[in-house]
Amino acid sequence: MAKIKYHMLVCGGTACHASQSEEILTKFKELIVSKGLETEVQAIKTGCFGFCEKGPIVKMMPDNTFYTQVKPGDCAEILEEHIIKGRKVTRLLYQDPETKERISDSRHMGFYKKQIRIALRNCGFINPENIEEYIARDGYLALGTVLTEMSPEAAIEILKKSGLRGRGGGGFPTGLKWEITRKVKAAQKYVVCNADEGDPGAFMDRSILEGDPHTVIEAMAINGYCTGASKGLVYIRAEYPLAVERLKIAMKQSREYGFLGEDIMGTDFSFDIDIRYGAGAFVCGEETALIHSMEGLRGEPTVKPPFPSESGYMGKPTNVNNVETYANIPVIFNKGADWFASIGTARSKGTKVFALAGKINNVGLIEVPMGITLREVIYEIGGGIRDDKEFKAVQTGGPSGGCLTKRHLDTPIDYDNLIAAGSMMGSGGMIVMDEDDCMVAIAKFYLQFTVEESCGKCSPCRIGNKRLHELLEKITQGNGTMEDIDKLRNLGTVIKDTSLCGLGQSSPNPALSTIDNFLDEYLEHVKDKKCRSKVCKSLMQYLVVPDKCIGCTLCARNCPVNAISGERKQVHLIDQEKCIKCGACLEKCKFGAIIIN
Amino acid sequence: MAKIKLSEKKIQELKDVCKTFNNDKGELINVLHKAQSLFGYLPAELQEIIAKELNCSVAHVYGVVTFYSYFTMLPKGKHPVSICLGTACYVRGAEKVLEEFKRQLKIQVGETTPDGKFSLSCLRCVGACGLAPVVLVGEKVYGRVAPDGVADIIAEYNT
Ligand SMILES: Cc1cc2nc3c(=O)[nH]c(=O)nc-3n(C[C@H](O)[C@H](O)[C@H](O)COP(=O)(O)O)c2cc1C
Ligand code: SF4
Ligand code: FES
Repeated sequence: MAKIKYHMLVCGGTACHASQSEEILTKFKELIVSKGLETEVQAIKTGCFGFCEKGPIVKMMPDNTFYTQVKPGDCAEILEEHIIKGRKVTRLLYQDPETKERISDSRHMGFYKKQIRIALRNCGFINPENIEEYIARDGYLALGTVLTEMSPEAAIEILKKSGLRGRGGGGFPTGLKWEITRKVKAAQKYVVCNADEGDPGAFMDRSILEGDPHTVIEAMAINGYCTGASKGLVYIRAEYPLAVERLKIAMKQSREYGFLGEDIMGTDFSFDIDIRYGAGAFVCGEETALIHSMEGLRGEPTVKPPFPSESGYMGKPTNVNNVETYANIPVIFNKGADWFASIGTARSKGTKVFALAGKINNVGLIEVPMGITLREVIYEIGGGIRDDKEFKAVQTGGPSGGCLTKRHLDTPIDYDNLIAAGSMMGSGGMIVMDEDDCMVAIAKFYLQFTVEESCGKCSPCRIGNKRLHELLEKITQGNGTMEDIDKLRNLGTVIKDTSLCGLGQSSPNPALSTIDNFLDEYLEHVKDKKCRSKVCKSLMQYLVVPDKCIGCTLCARNCPVNAISGERKQVHLIDQEKCIKCGACLEKCKFGAIIIN
Repeated sequence: MAKIKLSEKKIQELKDVCKTFNNDKGELINVLHKAQSLFGYLPAELQEIIAKELNCSVAHVYGVVTFYSYFTMLPKGKHPVSICLGTACYVRGAEKVLEEFKRQLKIQVGETTPDGKFSLSCLRCVGACGLAPVVLVGEKVYGRVAPDGVADIIAEYNT
């Protein structure tokens, strides 16, 4: 890298990839060659920068210039102006939504200011397909230190001291888990990386694997050394082809460099990794189900104990950790347990990656210190609610989690506070909702998910969640009674208490937490037969405002079910019997003559 | 359902796939992934062959195929359309986009158009939530799809 003056980092994450980042990269490479700048400028494909909202992103190093929404047609200008003439292309710079100022240095963007990047430290900085760039940023240093200078016990001690807890949802102390697996005596043990990432709306594990696959490999090898396992398995969703490809490339390079395989770094420690594919079942993220799936069986959970640490894959002790958990580990060894433990709150150390999505201005991947408040996340990093609407709730923890409301805006986010608020950390999905989202419909959406994803092994979950869904359906259709709300509460509690695995034990949470926090909305649906967010179709009517209708017939022509009648230049009428409430008329009318009642 | 005739050549290919996984029952999911990418779907006939090769019961294979939503026993259209119904897409209006696809293609989720061109399915989060709502046609990702953009997407494949 020594001679190169400029690096153009082009985001190769999924979202940017989908909006032509590959073409942009190719274009830059062609231009660099045609201008004869190969020795000075290099275009590199990196992992996700996190700022998906304004992708595709191109970042210029060393000056941190951050170009957003770049199109292949902009490449020539960027090269000509920025590199050759030394002038920034102002129109592509990020514009602060408040001050309207164009910000050229990404470190000054509100989005990045409050973030601390540990797990995502390399995402967006290195070419994930080149091991040397990983090594240049202290890659495989931790593995070397641990293998040559530490006993497994000493390494586990450091991990325990750091206070790292599992990022896959449960928050179990990682060092302790390793210690338990270490102490079980067996000829063969396994370490597993859980890359199933089932929470719909979370994509941090995917981004880490796409942007920095070597960190996971390095941490798994450290895990193998500490727990006494010679074999690692990555269980990854088949829906993540790019992550799989990058992981495979990384594994191959790692073997070539002697970081995987026999006698790693000249020691007597041998370790290698295999990939196993998921096939689209949420419950397979649960560790016992995941293990059965890796064995080629239906992914049904089994009762714990025995825990995987005692009896897991093929009946052998198996240490399961999440992708993001792994991504923290090399840094902890490089910078020390005390450093890590200095970040975060009393019982939740370090950072957490969240996938910020929904009705927020800056959708993307963020990494923040534990203990940050929701207000900082939404308004400072996320740039506030879209279209200046009013904030209503944030859903965390996915289908197992609950909603946080205005009341919780100043609560520090960590494992314990989220549970106290009736939600959970989960894998880190954070879906922001505004006044247009109906909380009853949201609860129904999650229950629908659970009903589809329940494996069916135990009846509280299989039948109970179906009943919960039916009750919510009834309420959104305007047929609910006060008794139904009580039933939701009671049944929800029973399901939580009696289900076999974590899926059923948490699936009623979206319903229970919305009842707790938004009881008034439930009551409106039940008593007044009203949905204030205008989401529940059965509770609304599309009407023509006679004063505004000029009889242009546009609505009648666009209605898919011919429910609108009326002569040209006459006021039109919507037949409520026929209307399917698709909203086509409302969208088409140029005169604002259609309203929802 | 009518019996599907598999050509000898294809059957041999399938057997080779099983062999690359050492005819190991524990590799069933990997075998099924390979088989589905080879044939496009996993009809009963295929499952019978796999069961025989891996030395397990057809019921076992069927049990696994039906457990995982990634596996399908029905052929997909030439251009499989998948609508993301992950949470991020849902709150940004994915349901309306789905309705529009259903209306324009005149099929329900899980069905294929009579001409075999399009099939419709839903999936959960493809990890491009920044582009929500997201629609996939084959491997191509369409972001920020609005109901009135649906016709254009369909037209792209309708020539
Ligand atoms: C229904 C269900 C789904 C889960 N999905 C995931 C997942 O997608 N990814 C993950 O890492 N952990 C998931 N978990 C948690 C795992 O069971 C397990 O606790 C975790 O992988 C352990 O790793 P950690 O200690 O590093 O967090 C899930 C748990 C349940 C009950
Ligand atoms: S709680 Fe649900 S997902 Fe878990 S074992 Fe029971 S039926 Fe299966
Ligand atoms: S929820 Fe649709 S891409 Fe994530």
